[in-house]
Amino acid sequence: MTWLGGSTGRDHFDLKHPFGYGRSMNRDFDLIVVGGGHAGCEAAAVAARMGVRTALVSFTKESIGAMSCNPAIGGLGKGHLVREVDAFDGLIGRAADAAAIHYRMLNLSKGAAVQGPRVQADRTLYKAEIHRMLDAQDNLSIVEGEVASLIFDGQTVSGINLADESRITASAVILATGTFLNGKLFRGEETIDGGRTGEASAVSLGQQIRDANLPIARLKTGTPPRIDGRTIDWALLPEQPSDDDGWTMSPLSSRRDVPQIFCAVSRTSAATHDIIRDNLNRSPLFSGAIDAQGPRYCPSIEDKIHRFADRDSHQVFLEPEGLDTTLVYPNGISTSLPADVQEAFVRTMDGLSRAEIIVPGYAVEYDHIDPRALDRSLKVRDLEGLYCAGQINGTTGYEEAAAQGLIAGIGAACAIQGKAAPELDRGTSYMAVMIDDLVLQGVTEPYRMLTARAEYRLRLRADNATTRLSPVAQDIDCLSSERQRWFNDRQIQRTAIMEELEAVYSCEAVADQGIEVRRDGTKQSLFEWLRFPNISIAALEGLGLSVADMDPGLLAEVEEDARYAPYLQRQEAELKDLRANEQIRLGDDLDYASIAGLSNEMVERLKSARPETLAAASRVRGITPAALAAILVHARRREAKTLAA
Amino acid sequence: MSAADTIFALSSGQPPAAIGIIRISGPKASDALHVLSGSVPEERRARLAKLTDPASGELLDTALVLWFPGPNSASGEDLAEIHCHGGRAVVRALEITLEKMDGLRQAEPGEFTRRAFTHGRMDLAEAEGLSDLLFAETELQRRSAIQAAGGALSRKVDDWQNAILRLSAMVEAELDFSDEDDVTAAQLSVVQSAATDLATEMAAMLNRPRAEKLREGVRVVLGGPPNSGKSTLLNALVEREAAIVSAIAGTTRDVIEVPIAIKGIPFLFIDTAGVRNEGTEEIERIGIDRARQQFDIADLILWLGPEGQGPQKPNLVELASRQDHHEFQPKSAGVISLSPLAGKGMDALVTLLVDRAKDIVPSGDEISVNKRQADHLAEAQRNLDDISQLQDYLIIAEQLRLARAALDALTGRASTEDMLDSLFGKFCIGK
Repeated sequence: MTWLGGSTGRDHFDLKHPFGYGRSMNRDFDLIVVGGGHAGCEAAAVAARMGVRTALVSFTKESIGAMSCNPAIGGLGKGHLVREVDAFDGLIGRAADAAAIHYRMLNLSKGAAVQGPRVQADRTLYKAEIHRMLDAQDNLSIVEGEVASLIFDGQTVSGINLADESRITASAVILATGTFLNGKLFRGEETIDGGRTGEASAVSLGQQIRDANLPIARLKTGTPPRIDGRTIDWALLPEQPSDDDGWTMSPLSSRRDVPQIFCAVSRTSAATHDIIRDNLNRSPLFSGAIDAQGPRYCPSIEDKIHRFADRDSHQVFLEPEGLDTTLVYPNGISTSLPADVQEAFVRTMDGLSRAEIIVPGYAVEYDHIDPRALDRSLKVRDLEGLYCAGQINGTTGYEEAAAQGLIAGIGAACAIQGKAAPELDRGTSYMAVMIDDLVLQGVTEPYRMLTARAEYRLRLRADNATTRLSPVAQDIDCLSSERQRWFNDRQIQRTAIMEELEAVYSCEAVADQGIEVRRDGTKQSLFEWLRFPNISIAALEGLGLSVADMDPGLLAEVEEDARYAPYLQRQEAELKDLRANEQIRLGDDLDYASIAGLSNEMVERLKSARPETLAAASRVRGITPAALAAILVHARRREAKTLAA
Repeated sequence: MSAADTIFALSSGQPPAAIGIIRISGPKASDALHVLSGSVPEERRARLAKLTDPASGELLDTALVLWFPGPNSASGEDLAEIHCHGGRAVVRALEITLEKMDGLRQAEPGEFTRRAFTHGRMDLAEAEGLSDLLFAETELQRRSAIQAAGGALSRKVDDWQNAILRLSAMVEAELDFSDEDDVTAAQLSVVQSAATDLATEMAAMLNRPRAEKLREGVRVVLGGPPNSGKSTLLNALVEREAAIVSAIAGTTRDVIEVPIAIKGIPFLFIDTAGVRNEGTEEIERIGIDRARQQFDIADLILWLGPEGQGPQKPNLVELASRQDHHEFQPKSAGVISLSPLAGKGMDALVTLLVDRAKDIVPSGDEISVNKRQADHLAEAQRNLDDISQLQDYLIIAEQLRLARAALDALTGRASTEDMLDSLFGKFCIGK
C-alpha cells in the first residue's frame, strides 16, 4: 500500500523533513480529530481532558456540535450510552440538559435497567453549549478547514493535509467524519452528492481511504421532511407533555433551566398509505437506485407501508426542533419520495392538512469502514495512529457516535501517553457491548444500540453508569475537578448507605414499620429486605436509616441493586467464565487456516473479525463450541512453544 | 493434524467382508479419485471404475466410485467413496496407495464425524446420535440412535428454541420499543402460559428414560447369600438369551457383569459376591461392600435370598430360586419360583424383566436424552417454569435468555442475533 500521490495529486513529501516525521520530532499537536459532530467533539474533549494537545478540525467552526437529524438525545439503550459518556465527564449529557425543551423517561413502568432517559433538544442551545464547553477546555484548538488527505509515514499516520495546502502534524488522527465519505442524497428522482443537505462531502478523503484497502461498505439512512410548526393544527392532536419530576441527563446539571414545551402525536391514515403506495416506483429505495442496506428498526415510511401492508395507520411524533424555530420534526416518516409526494401524503395526516414542508426528507447513501478492521480502541489495526469513530464505522445515532468518540479519544490519548487503555467488557458497559459488536461482527445495517444487545443489562443501568464507570475514568485521569469532587462525595454517601443496609432485621421488625411481609421468622439484612418490590429505602427509614440528606438518585440506584441482587449473583458465574476467556489472548497473527477442524466459513469470519481473545472468538457468528475448543488448543500449543523457545 | 489434510479410512466393518467402503474427505479427495481411476464421476452417481496403483500401473480392484462435492456431503467437505471388494488384501492395497499420496493420511478415530460437526453438517445432539448408532448392538439401540442421528432431538430443540425466540421477541419488543410506534403490547398472560407449556413439554421429555440406558443396558443386580443360586440363574439366562459379549470377571469376590439382549432390550446382569452380614475375611468384606454399592445403582434387584432379608429398595423383586434344591424355601404368593437348570419359571422371569424395562429404557420410537443433554434441558425447563411467577418483563427476558443459552449448550449453537432476527421479522418497529 502506498500513500504517496494520493487523490489530491499533491506530493506529501516535505522538503523540510525529507525523512518524514519520526516519533521524536516536534509536532503541531499530539492528536488531530477530524469532524466536529458528536463523535469528534467527545474524542477531542476527552483527549484534551487527559492532557493531550488536541486539534479539532471541522469544515467550519459553526457546524461543530450540530444535531443533523432528529432533535432528540437519549432513549432506550441510547440514554444508557449518554449516561456512560457522562460518567467519563463527557459533553453530550450536559449539553442535552442545557438544550432540553422536553424530558421523557421511556419505559418508566418497567425495571430501571431498561428505562431510557430521553430529551428533545433545542438545536441552537445544544450547539451553543458544546461550543461553550469546547472553548473552556484546555489543550484544545479548533481548526477550520477541509481535510484533503492524511499524511502517512510508512504505515503510521503523521498528520493531515488541508485543502488550502497547509498541513498539520500529530502522532494520531481520529476520523469522525460521519456520512461525509462519498455521501449521496436521494430524493425521488434527484440525487445530490454530499453528506447533510447544504454541505459538501469529503470525497477526496474517502477516495484515499478506499485506496488504502480499508474494507469499505455502503449503508443508507433517511430523514423525514421538516414541517413549519405554524401550519400544524396542534389543537387537534393529543399532547405529550414533558415529565414533571426533575431528573436530568447529567447529574452535574443541577436543574432544568430551559422552558419546557410539549410534543404531539399524529397518525397516518388510509389516504396517506394510498398516496405512498401509488408512488412507490418514484422512491429510489424501490426503483433500485439505492441498494445499500438500511436499518431494520428505523424503516422509511414507504418501507413500513410496503412491508407491513396489513396496518392501516402508523404513529408519528411531532417534535419541535427548538424554542426559536418553527421547524417541527415528524418522527416516523423518514422518506426519500419526491417532494411533491411528501407534501401530498403529509397533508393526509391528523392535524397536518395545511402543513407546509420547509425542508423535504431524503435518503442518504454513504460509505463506512467495516469496523472489523478496527481494534477495541477503534484504531485501524493495520495502521498506526489512525482511529475511526462514529457513523463512519457503520453506526447510527448521536449517542452511539458520542460513545465511540469517547472510546477512540481515550484510546488515542492512552497510546500517546504510553499507558494501557482501560479494558471494558460486555459486563461493564453498553459502550463495550457496542464496540465488541462492531469490531467482531461488523455491521449489515446502521448499528443502533438496543437494550436487547446487552446480555448483562440487569447490571448495566442508566442510573448506575457513574458507579460502574467513573472509577475507570478516574484511573485514566479524564475527570474535571468539579466532577471528581461530585463523584468522591457520592462514593462516600454510597459507602455509608451500604454499611447501614448491612444491619439485620427480623420480619417482625420490618412488619412493625407497616410493611406487608410474611411473618415466617426470616431475619436478613436491610439490603436483602429491599429485594421485595413493596419495600423501599424510604419505608425502612423508621429502622434508623439516616438517608434524609442523601442524593435521591443514589438511593434509587441502591434500591435497584438490591432488587435484582439474586439475578446479578446468578450472572456472576457467567461473567467469571467470560472474564477468564477474555484473558486468553489469541493475538492478531493467529493463522486460523492452520487450525484443524475449522470450516472455511469460520476461517473467513475469524480472519475478518480477528478476535483478540477466546471470549471474543466465541461471539463471532457461527463459531461452534467444537471450533472454540480447537482454537483454544491451538492457542495453548503456540503459547507452550513460545515459552519453550 | 490439520484441517487442510485430506483424510481417508475404511468406513465399513473389518475385512474380510463382501464389500469394503473407503471414504476420502478433504480438498484432495477429487485428486485421489483421479489418480486411482483416471477421472472423477458425475456427482452423486455410482460408476464402475478400474482402480490402479499410479506407481506400478497395476490393477488394484474394479470398484464402484462415488463423488460428493462439498459442502453438501456427509462431512461438509469434498468426499469420495470407493466401494471395493472387501477382502483384506484389496482393502490394504488401496489404503497403502492412498497413504502414499501427498496430503492424504489415515483418519483419526471419529474425525469424519468431527469434520461433519465443525462444518455444521450436524449439531452436537446429532453427532452424539451418530456415535450411538455406530455402537448400537441391539435393535432397540439401533432404532433410538437413528432417531437421534436423524436429528429428531435437534429438531425438537429447534422447535423449542424458536418458540422461546418468539417469546423473547415479544418481551424485547415490549422492553425496547414499547414507547415507539406499531408494537403490539406483549400480553403477560400469553407469555406466561406459553412459557409454562414449553416447560411442561420439556418436563415430559426429562421424565422419559435416559438415552444412556440404551448403551449401558438395564442394570439388573442378582443378590442373595453365597450359594443362593445367582450364578446358576445367570448362566441359564446367558444360555437362553444372547449374551452380547462374554462375561467380564473381576477378582473372585468382585462383581461379574454380563450384558444380555432380551427381546432386543439391552440388559446388564450383575452377579455380586454373596451378601452375608457377618463377613469374616477382609477381602470378602470388600466384595460385600461392592455388592451393596451395586444395589444402590441397580435399576432392578433380583433377590434370591430369604424373603424380606434383601436390601430395602422399591426396585427389589423377590425370586424363589432353586426350586429343585433340597433346601428350597417357597416365598409368598405371586413370587416367581425358578428352577433354572430345568428351565422352570424362566419364561415368567423374562416377561417380568421386559415389562420392567419399559419404564427404564427409552422405547426407541420416542426421543430420549442423555445425561449431558438432560442437564441442559432441565436448566432450560426451570428457567421457563419460573416465568409463571414473574411480573417483571426484565426478569422474564433474563429467564428466557438463560433458557436459550441452556438449549444452545445442548445443541452447541448460540446467538443473540438470532433473537433480533426473530424480533425484526415479526414487528414493524421504529420511526
